[in-house]
Amino acid sequence: MKKIWWKILAVVLLAGVIIAGLLGPVPELPILNETIRNVYFHVPMWFAMLFLYLISVVYSIKYLNTGKTEYDVMAVEAVNTGVIFCFMGLATGMLWANITWGDPWPNDPKLNSSAISTLMYLAYLVLRNALEEEQKRAKISAVYNIFAFPIMIVLLYILPRLTDSLHPGNGGNSTFGSIDMNNQLRPIFYASVIGWVLIGSWICSLRYRLRLLENKNNQID
Amino acid sequence: MKKFFLACLFAWATCLQTFAQSDIEMATGLRSSGKIYVVVLVILVIFIGLAIFLFGLDRRITKLEKNQDTK
Repeated sequence: MKKIWWKILAVVLLAGVIIAGLLGPVPELPILNETIRNVYFHVPMWFAMLFLYLISVVYSIKYLNTGKTEYDVMAVEAVNTGVIFCFMGLATGMLWANITWGDPWPNDPKLNSSAISTLMYLAYLVLRNALEEEQKRAKISAVYNIFAFPIMIVLLYILPRLTDSLHPGNGGNSTFGSIDMNNQLRPIFYASVIGWVLIGSWICSLRYRLRLLENKNNQID
Repeated sequence: MKKFFLACLFAWATCLQTFAQSDIEMATGLRSSGKIYVVVLVILVIFIGLAIFLFGLDRRITKLEKNQDTK
């Protein structure tokens, strides 16, 4: 985790995404016009969030298996970082929706379920602060986290696909990937997803290491 | 012959123009004027600044961790 090459890779990838994403060719579409470039920046926020929540769930399971406090710390910090990316995704999505859908918050199933899942993860963080005893807190919040993750997946990626949604790839027949995503967009989009996932993991690992240092310092005193 | 050549050239030019015209308006003018590069540079500067900040933070935490271990 402490190796530097993947951090440099993340920075280089995202610098390339910023240049190619703003200057490169994009498909010409009505209503969207140049805002199609938001695909490179808005969608990867959600991928980074999803990846961080996944890390969190894995470490929650690991915690329940072993009872090591480091795993609990990793689970919290992953959610802390994931929530930041979630809010970035919501904010950029609202800006984009205001221009293309005419309303920052049209009652789209994907938007409403993303709001519910955001509240669910905020509840996780509040729950942790409400419990004083450390072991109890770690155990209860790990169990909560394991339940919250599949509900988040259902809310964000399954329910909107069953109904009509303004988001591409949702509602109707969503199995034709070539209709939802142009091949011109793909390479830059994937580079951006990998870049933001790496940046998210980096920030998460920094917070984790800082929290471990704080814990150690508190024990010495 | 010269007239024919000119006519061909004209036809080619009009062809190009009709192909270049598309129904959907993109900000091609913005990019061709060159000013979009300024925006790209501004975003790059902000992003690289943040990246350097993150690298610095990483180094400081690593230093603290090393100090902890030697204690």
